[in-house]
Amino acid sequence: MNIIVCVKQVPDTTEIKIDPVKGTLIRDGVPSIMNPDDKGGLELALRMKETEGATVTVVSMGPPQADRMLREALAMGADRAILLSDRRFAGADTLATSYALAGCIRTLDYDLIIAGRQAIDGDTAQVAPEMAQHLDLPQVSYVIDAKKTANGFIVKKENEDCVQTLEVEGKCVLTVLASAFKARYMTVEGIIDAYKREVEVWTADQIDVEEEKLGLKGSPTKVHKSFPKALKEPGEVFELSEEEAVELIVSRLKEKHII
Amino acid sequence: MENEYKNVYVFAEQRNGVIQNVAYELLGKANDLAAELGQKVIALLLGDGITDKAQDLIEMGADEVVVVDRPELKDYLTEQYTQAMSQIIDHCHPRIVLFGATTIGRDLAPRLACRVKSGLVADCTKLTIEPDKDGNLDFFSTRPAFGGNLMATIVCPTSRPQMSTVRPGVMQKRTREVGRKGVIQPFTPTFDPSKFKVRLLETKMNDNKVADISNAKILISGGRGVHDKEGFAKLQALADVMGGMVSSSRAMVDAGVMDHAYQVGQTGKTVRPNLYMACGISGAIQHLAGMEESHYIVAINKDKYAPIFSVADLGIVGDLHKIVPMLTERIKKELEK
Ligand SMILES: Cc1cc2nc3c(=O)[nH]c(=O)nc-3n(C[C@H](O)[C@H](O)[C@H](O)COP(=O)(O)OP(=O)(O)OC[C@H]3O[C@@H](n4cnc5c(N)ncnc54)[C@H](O)[C@@H]3O)c2cc1C
Ligand SMILES: Cc1cc2nc3c(=O)[nH]c(=O)nc-3n(C[C@H](O)[C@H](O)[C@H](O)COP(=O)(O)OP(=O)(O)OC[C@H]3O[C@@H](n4cnc5c(N)ncnc54)[C@H](O)[C@@H]3O)c2cc1C
Repeated sequence: MNIIVCVKQVPDTTEIKIDPVKGTLIRDGVPSIMNPDDKGGLELALRMKETEGATVTVVSMGPPQADRMLREALAMGADRAILLSDRRFAGADTLATSYALAGCIRTLDYDLIIAGRQAIDGDTAQVAPEMAQHLDLPQVSYVIDAKKTANGFIVKKENEDCVQTLEVEGKCVLTVLASAFKARYMTVEGIIDAYKREVEVWTADQIDVEEEKLGLKGSPTKVHKSFPKALKEPGEVFELSEEEAVELIVSRLKEKHII
Repeated sequence: MENEYKNVYVFAEQRNGVIQNVAYELLGKANDLAAELGQKVIALLLGDGITDKAQDLIEMGADEVVVVDRPELKDYLTEQYTQAMSQIIDHCHPRIVLFGATTIGRDLAPRLACRVKSGLVADCTKLTIEPDKDGNLDFFSTRPAFGGNLMATIVCPTSRPQMSTVRPGVMQKRTREVGRKGVIQPFTPTFDPSKFKVRLLETKMNDNKVADISNAKILISGGRGVHDKEGFAKLQALADVMGGMVSSSRAMVDAGVMDHAYQVGQTGKTVRPNLYMACGISGAIQHLAGMEESHYIVAINKDKYAPIFSVADLGIVGDLHKIVPMLTERIKKELEK
């Protein structure tokens, strides 16, 4: 079985700060990591490799720095790493991002494509379903378990109110939740080995796409403006005795007609 | 050409024949948008044996309801719903289509956006109609990104329809207008079953003793400072006296003290109760993302520098384990008066 895993390098958003004057993200000193859901996806692929036998290829679109994350994927156990890196991909929204990824994957041999549910920077959760549509493949999102069957997969999916078991015939795209697949650590030998291996860097010329559908040109949505979240005016903070605190809460709740 | 694309459409999500709250919220917002554009609000109702729910959507704000009542649409499955929805779009030419940012909406909307080759904005918390740089009215969708640290306003200037998924619990539904009149339009798509590659084998509902915190008017919410189940019993006692419910930060869910269904925040539920009382919750940005729209926020925390105080209307520095039980007794007395 050939499994492709889509992995994105993202800033660790728990460490992000906003420049309060310019309203932009301060990225200096913020570590870049493998998107958590994608790491879960890679874990699922590696577990399938152990139980079923599989070749695992990781694909990422991004700047040259994503090389480091792809080596982490190799060190975890991936067999092949491809980095799509080309100025022509820049400024892509999810439609154009998914189009480029699909254009790459179309040139590869595969039985299963795994993506993360959501990237913690763009936060849209749109790339994988759009990629599935570009490739004309079925999709299952919010996946918490997947097993290979004779002619497809049995997949468990988590919704707000239920867990569903679905049977997929043939190839498909799965988007997985990090919480369901606790990722393994890299081994020391894996890390050493990963730096001896090649991360293939591909440009737009090596994939199956029409150039005008890439990047900014191929993107129907545009970021009109971005700004830091306006925090509301903080209320008052009181340091009182417990009795006084209780009286204060009760009087405020009465004022607001809550009790 | 652009004028061909008209009206504000709402995907009226239903599960087991029950219209989801988020559909009513979207109808509420769609009414504001349609009024600005001078256009209509049209609900899209898909399911099996579902036609009798159309009047409900009219009473909650739809001027028209397009109904696709077919056995293929009994359970939500991506391809079946995408086929029906894309044919509606090809036939009706909507200007705007809104979806709830639920596991269904966030699965369907991108698949559909890509099939009709248009733009989609994810998980919006604000939708407006404003003049663009040429003075024409355009649709602006605002959404949190980067884990809630940054807000972005996204436009889709030339592609139609303009599509957005909208976070549940954020928009306001309208009050029901019983007996309101509207048009109900059946629609018959042509399905291509050769593309139906996914079959639903089983649906296991979550323990339905777990009530939905997003409907609660009063939430007494606990974080790591509550420590354990005994601590939550104190919060539950206060919630019981006030007719509210208990909710939780992720720390207590990860610790196994509370079920995920009670989690408030970016990876939990978005709530906007009349009262949100945060007890022993530090106020991480991912938590704030789920509760800061609450009407009145009280925070009890022993650390006077806790970030939760920056969003609280009333902040109390103190030990929740002492204050909460005292408050419970005090409110009990107050209500007996
Ligand atoms: C503030 C802001 C807001 C935005 N809002 C929107 C919007 O509403 N609509 C829109 O269409 N675009 C939007 N974009 C653009 C969007 O973020 C980019 O297109 C981005 O490349 C992909 O979206 P995402 O990060 O949300 O990925 P998601 O869709 O959340 O990613 C899901 C999965 O797809 C795979 N994947 C995603 N990107 C890559 C990649 N580069 N390489 C390999 N695998 C990948 C991963 O497995 C990932 O887990 C926005 C951008 C910014 C900066
Ligand atoms: C991608 C991502 C998604 C996330 N999603 C969510 C989410 O949906 N929801 C969520 O809540 N978190 C989420 N988090 C986690 C979040 O970052 C915080 O770790 C979490 O909210 C902390 O929970 P807490 O406030 O209960 O615990 P802590 O941060 O440990 O705070 C405990 C607080 O209790 C106070 N305290 C202790 N004892 C007492 C006492 N006796 N009386 C009064 N106060 C006391 C302390 O002063 C402290 O402020 C997410 C994180 C990531 C990275």
